[in-house]
This record gives sequence, structure tokens and C-alpha cells, in this order.
Amino acid sequence: MSEAVAIFLDGSIYAAWLFLVAVGLTLVYGVMKIVNVAHGATYTVGAYAAVSLCGAWAAGGGNEWGIYLPLVLAAPVVGLILGPILERLFLRPLRDEEETVLMLVTYALFLILEDSVKFIWGVDPYFLSEPYLLPGGIDIFDLTYPVYNFGMLIAATVVGVGLAWFLSKSKSGRIVRAVIHDREVAMAMGANVDRIYLAVFSFGCALAALGGALTAPTVSVIPSMGVEVIVLAFAVVVIGGMGSIIGALLGALLVGFVRAMAVHLLPEAELFIIYLVMATVLLVRPSGLFAPAEARKI
Amino acid sequence: MPQRMLAGLSVLVAILAAAPWWMPPWMLFIASGALAKGMAALGLMLLLRGGLVSFGHALYFGIGAYAAGLLVLSGITEFLVLAVLGTLATLVLALILGAFVSRYRGIFFGLLSMALSMVFYGLLIKLQSLGSSDGFNLGGIHLLSIPMQGTAGQVPTYLMTLVLSVLAAIGIDQFLRSRYGLLTKALRDNELRVEYLGQSVRQLVLLNYIIAAGLAGLAGVLSAVAVGHIGPEMAYWTTSGEFVFMVILGGLGHVAAAFVGAGVLSAVQAVAYAVAPNSWQFIVGASLLACIVFLPEGLWSLLKRFGRRA
Repeated sequence: MSEAVAIFLDGSIYAAWLFLVAVGLTLVYGVMKIVNVAHGATYTVGAYAAVSLCGAWAAGGGNEWGIYLPLVLAAPVVGLILGPILERLFLRPLRDEEETVLMLVTYALFLILEDSVKFIWGVDPYFLSEPYLLPGGIDIFDLTYPVYNFGMLIAATVVGVGLAWFLSKSKSGRIVRAVIHDREVAMAMGANVDRIYLAVFSFGCALAALGGALTAPTVSVIPSMGVEVIVLAFAVVVIGGMGSIIGALLGALLVGFVRAMAVHLLPEAELFIIYLVMATVLLVRPSGLFAPAEARKI
Repeated sequence: MPQRMLAGLSVLVAILAAAPWWMPPWMLFIASGALAKGMAALGLMLLLRGGLVSFGHALYFGIGAYAAGLLVLSGITEFLVLAVLGTLATLVLALILGAFVSRYRGIFFGLLSMALSMVFYGLLIKLQSLGSSDGFNLGGIHLLSIPMQGTAGQVPTYLMTLVLSVLAAIGIDQFLRSRYGLLTKALRDNELRVEYLGQSVRQLVLLNYIIAAGLAGLAGVLSAVAVGHIGPEMAYWTTSGEFVFMVILGGLGHVAAAFVGAGVLSAVQAVAYAVAPNSWQFIVGASLLACIVFLPEGLWSLLKRFGRRA
């Protein structure tokens, strides 16, 4: 019984984390058709930005519980700075390239960003454990869970619900959906695609940074922390169907629970089972579980 | 032009063959690695010519290396056996996986390849008996009675890698001129028309995929012998990215371009690693970007442009 509960809790928390790091990736792909490898590096930058901002907060004598403010603030800061730079300088001029070429471009950006992090923050690890330790832990059955991890669940819920509301109810969200559906027709109807691309890409960067910032207190912050995250995020997004928000949620839940089960029942399989699920989904339903079918062009 | 190119390439090969007499040992070590990786890049180039970018080509590089590693662990240290069986192992795996992968195009091909390589990586990380994340050392490999490792083995290993690289380049060059090679180029423009020509696209992709895998497998064996150590990072997605970069850097213009790309990247890595260890990725990333924007046909196109002007 307690093991089932543990699997459920671990799975939910891991799924929440996966959703946070993957949802920006799927949004950017849906709108811009870019498989953004640099998402992983943006995640790293977000973690470092959180370290710096929280450090400044603590040094400035800010309230002890208020440290969550700079932690979350790291996301919009990174999104607003990094997003426009990457989009305007590198992605906009290359917009008409093939998807695979764009993926290479973002791979190059990933390499550049990872070393830029080293220039700015150095190579030594940072530790930002206050936000993690502050709320303490709670006992569920015979296991202690850090309360912070449940914050991840809240954050993922807020992001997911907020994004769903934005896309379905608000006017800008509907325009974004129109662009996802058909860029050219949306342009003909007067949608400013340049601006939407810029906004969506920056928002995607902010989501990656949020994932990094919220992860920063639970790990040691190192320059290469995004390398593994990006492939995990790919797995989640591919499983759900690239470009689909619901798909990212489903992919995150599937990967989260599969991994939690593996960790508790078959620890040897922990890492490769995720990619096995990804490969299997790709083999059975190539465009993911939730992606619409596409016509073959002649 | 082809006459002059042939002459130029022969001179290049001759210079490389004489390398043991003019390169210091550390450089020879890098050159062995660059040639081996160039062979893997050569395979990847075949796929890229057909418009397929694999972000998981390191899978076969790793399979070749670990096949050789397992053979060494079981007491077989003859290089020829390692090379043949290592390549064979990758070919068999590529035949099985290729049956599935050859149905995919574009981004899905890239991501499925990546997923498959990450499955293998995940397995290696967790396999205690294979040293998990540390990998393990292989020693005592020899070719007939010539040692292939240690100080005495460096030159034979280099020369062997060079011979195999040249053979692979000549073989692939012939393949590119063959019916299948030419049709692969057409694949990139329009698959359906290739089908109308009477060629099964899936078979064509599969053929290229298997050849590419075999080359990567052999490259893996050679790398394992040259370095004397294998680890899971050989199959990680960043290694695949490196291979893709080599091909983009060199260009698709000629079989030698893949080796040029591998050579330049290895040299840049070695120099940058010594001079500025924390910025080599920056340099590599920036040159990749520059290459995509300014030299979409790779370094090889520079050579061609230069040749035309002269």
C-alpha cells in the first residue's frame, strides 16, 4: 500500500516537473515549427538566474519567506532578455529553412549558451537550498516528502491551467491558435506573425527558465544541467505529439508514472525505460498520441 | 577538375600516411580519433544527402565500441576479429531497427534515432557489469602479432585507421556514383518521383541507413582501440550532435568532406580545449551557426570555389 502511494506521489511530482520543462518546447514547436534544442540551455540559464536573484534578495536583507518571489521572477527575466535576442538575431532570419536545419541552429545556440553560462557564472557548482529546506517535510506513511516538491505540482497546475485558459479564452490566445493551425491564412486575416513568434518564443524561454529556476533549489546548479533535461523534454513532447499542450500533459504523466514505477520496482530500468516508451510511441503512432494527421505533399 | 582533385587527394593521403614521421604522438592520437569519427560522419553524410538528419547516429558508434569491448572481455584480442564482428553487430542491429526507422522522415527520423540511441545509453548507464557510467578499459589488442595499443601500438593503429578510412571513402565514392547513390540525392528533392522512377524509397533509405550504421560501427571499434577505453558517452546524444556537426562543417560535396569536417572539428576541439577549456563549445556552436548561414554547402564548397577561380 505504502509503495503504491509512494509511486503515485513520486510519479505526480516528477510528471509536474516534466510538464513544466516540456510545455514551452511543445508550444514553440506548435507555433513556430522549431524543435528548440536551446530549450535545455535556457533551463540552465533560468536556474542560474534564480541563484543570482535569490542571492541578491538574501544579501539585500529580504524577507526569509519572500525568497520565492525572486525564484519565480527569474523566469520572466530570462524570457524577456534571452527570448528576443535568440528570436530576432538567429531564428527570424532563418525562418524559412527546413525543420531539421532549424534544429541544428538551435543546437548551435544550445552550445553557445552553455558556455556563456560558464563565462558569466563560472564552472563551480552553486547551491540554492533555502527555498527547498524552508517549508520542511511531511510524513506520508513511512516516507518523508519535502513540501517544496508539492510546490512543483502547484506550479505545473498554474502553468497548465493558465495556458489552457489563455489559448482557449483570450483573444491573443485565439490568434496564436489560428497561427498554429495555419500560418498563412492567419497572416491573411491580419495576424501579426512576427510579433506572435517573438512573444511565443520568449514565453517558451520563460517557461524553460521557470523549470530551471524551480529545479535549482533541489540540485547543485552546474553548467551542464540542461543536457539531460532537453532529451527528457523531447521524450515527453514526442510521446504526447509535438505542438499539443494536452499531449505534453499526457506525455509528462506517462513518463512520470513509468519512471516512478521503474524506480520503485525495477531500478535498473530507470533511465532507459523512458526512451523505450518514447521509441515505442514513435513506432506505433509516429506523430505522437495527440497530434493531428498531416497530408502528404506531392 | 576531377583530375586535379584526384591528384590533390592523393597528396593529402600521402601526407597523412607519412604522419607518424612528422606528427608528435599526441597529435597522432588526435588524428586517429579524427579519422575514425570522420568515418562515422561519412555514413551520416549518406543519410543527409537523402535529406535525413539522425540525432542518434552515436548509437552505432557505441554498439561497435561495446561489441569490441565485450569481445576483449571474453578474451578475443585480435583486431581483425574485433573489426569484423563489431561491424557485423552494427549491421545486424541496423537491419532490424532500420526496418522501422526507414519509414520516418524529417524531424521524426531525427527524434526516433535519438530515442533509440538514448535507450542504449540508458542501458549502458545501468549495467554494472560493463562499468556503468565509467565504462571500462580494453587492453592487449593486436593485429596478428603487431600490438595495436600502448606506445608501440600507436603508429599501427593510426595507419590501420587511415587505410580503412581511405578504403571506406573510395567505396562510398563508388556508391555515390552508382544508381542507388544518385537516387538517394533525388530523395531529398522529391520522394514520390523517386517512387515513380521505379525505386522503392524505403529500400533506398534502408540501404543508406545500414551502410551508415556499418561505418559508424567500424568507427566505434577503431575509436575503442585507439583510446583504449569505452564509455556510455560514446552513445550519448551529444556525440551524435558532434557527428552531424562534422558533416555540416565539411559539406555534402565529396566523400573527403566528411573527413575534412571531422579533422577541423577535432583540431578546433583540441586547441580550444588546451587554450580555453570553458569556451570550446562556444567556438563550436558559433562556427556551426556561421556554417549554416554563410557556408550551407560546407567547407568543401570553399575548395571548389577556389578551384574554379584558379
